[in-house]
Amino acid sequence: MIEVLRAGLLSSVQDQGRRGHAAIGVGRAGAMDADAAKLANWLAGNEADAAVIEITLSGPALRFACAATVALCGAEAELRLDGERIAGWRPQAVAAGSVLDCGGLRRGARLYLAVAGGIAVAPVLGSRSVDINAALGPCEGRALRAGDRLPLAAEDGLRLRRTPAWSLAPALWFDPDPQRRLRLLPGAHYAELEPEAQQALQTAAFRIAPESNRVGLRLQGAALRLSRPLELVSAGVTRGTVQLPPGGQPIMLAAEHPTTGGYPRIAHLIEADQSRLGQYRPGDSLRLRLVGTDEAEALRVRRAQALARVHHYIEQKLLEIRCGA
Amino acid sequence: MNAAPRAEALGDSAVLLHFGEAIDAAVNARVHAAARHIAALQLPGIVELVPAYASLAVQLDPACWSGGAPAPAQRCAAALLDALAAAPEARGSFSTTIEIPVCYGAGFGPDLDAAAARCGLAVPELAALHAAADYRVALLGFAPGFPYLLGLDPRLHLPRLATPRTRVPAGSVAIGGAQTGIYPRELPGGWNLIGRTPLRLFDAARTPPNRIAAGMRLRFRAITAEEFRALQAEEDKAAADSTA
Repeated sequence: MIEVLRAGLLSSVQDQGRRGHAAIGVGRAGAMDADAAKLANWLAGNEADAAVIEITLSGPALRFACAATVALCGAEAELRLDGERIAGWRPQAVAAGSVLDCGGLRRGARLYLAVAGGIAVAPVLGSRSVDINAALGPCEGRALRAGDRLPLAAEDGLRLRRTPAWSLAPALWFDPDPQRRLRLLPGAHYAELEPEAQQALQTAAFRIAPESNRVGLRLQGAALRLSRPLELVSAGVTRGTVQLPPGGQPIMLAAEHPTTGGYPRIAHLIEADQSRLGQYRPGDSLRLRLVGTDEAEALRVRRAQALARVHHYIEQKLLEIRCGA
Repeated sequence: MNAAPRAEALGDSAVLLHFGEAIDAAVNARVHAAARHIAALQLPGIVELVPAYASLAVQLDPACWSGGAPAPAQRCAAALLDALAAAPEARGSFSTTIEIPVCYGAGFGPDLDAAAARCGLAVPELAALHAAADYRVALLGFAPGFPYLLGLDPRLHLPRLATPRTRVPAGSVAIGGAQTGIYPRELPGGWNLIGRTPLRLFDAARTPPNRIAAGMRLRFRAITAEEFRALQAEEDKAAADSTA
């Protein structure tokens, strides 16, 4: 069991999301940086889809009632276990009664805490993700509060005698450099943008508006205009769809987006960059670049292969630990 | 004979199939027929089907559709269009009818009087017109279990509120533009509230969680405030029994 001593700004239980219920208006939710959540799970000896705690901007303080193995991946934070600095990106032994304090996140927006065996809250509609916007999911469909107690399935999990000396190099998985561009495929209504707006989409630096959240990133900058007004009938949208409301400030849909939307669809974030969307903070600068379908697919395959390689590497290292090496 | 649907890629992991461009019951029926047909094929790598008024969004797992040119979304779109072309022309009948009891006004529809004035109707006339129509559930969206209904009498079309409410009570029956719908639980919202149903329309602990499904026919039945309270007590008891 984990007791929440301090909740942090917005901490919630998430897995890889809720699938198969969009037709009744229930969206996917799930980790905003899904790859960081997967990596934390693999390092803790879990399946990729196990439930983790998603930590946003300022971290929680958590007391572990029993000994556990944890792993933290994602944004940079000053992590302390019973007051001692610890590193992320590796399996970490936690003794019974210890307090993990995640402090403030220095770079990036979201950090993931995986616990061996997984956070064992009861799934709702097939997932342990909390959909905060829809108030649906475990934990009463809300973010964590001080005093909450989270059950663990720790008896199933990886056990460490001591924390290993190695850790993963985060560079491939966590890169908050604002000069790196998020890559987009043009949407059906890209052609309806004024020529200056088409150009601005790829040259402007947008700012992440403060009201951005798990529903979407609101991009502030020079207003993008359509060459003619469009009246659209609401249609299904997806994570990463860039919608353009009449005000001209685009919204990039994220984990808790509504299942349908009626604004023009000017672009879509490519699959390979979906996890990076989760690491932008309010006030960050965001630059965009359009790619073609072939480049998007090549980038997706490269990312999937890199994830498969690191998964294999982690499995090898955990096998050494399990064999007592 | 209907025109073949048109496919639009929603990035590299979803496809939007268009069956028309307008809010129209016949087009919407084709959307639901296509959704049923695609679901029955049980294709690997289809992770989500999202029917809307005139389109069906299909989310796919690109890894399952990968393998040289064309890219996964384009490959999946072609397969879906082929499958629909080979399907028998479905009539897309709306078979099931659900009846929703509604108490109009009487403290349950705070905008009813203003709505009637705006439509140039007496209050009972507006309620009678709203309850008389034969609706079709075009889609569930906006929030879990929120039904968008087709078939609102054009005399009842009303602009949305200038300032949306931050809290609309669960069960509120409302009109927004040419659409009518029901808030399945307390939500923010900008539609005109004309009444309320005591039914619990969505409960994630139930299987299925939604009482109203896209593709159904729907009728409203006007009830009194006393009937509302009696039905609400039954609903509360059923919910308590199921969690006990």
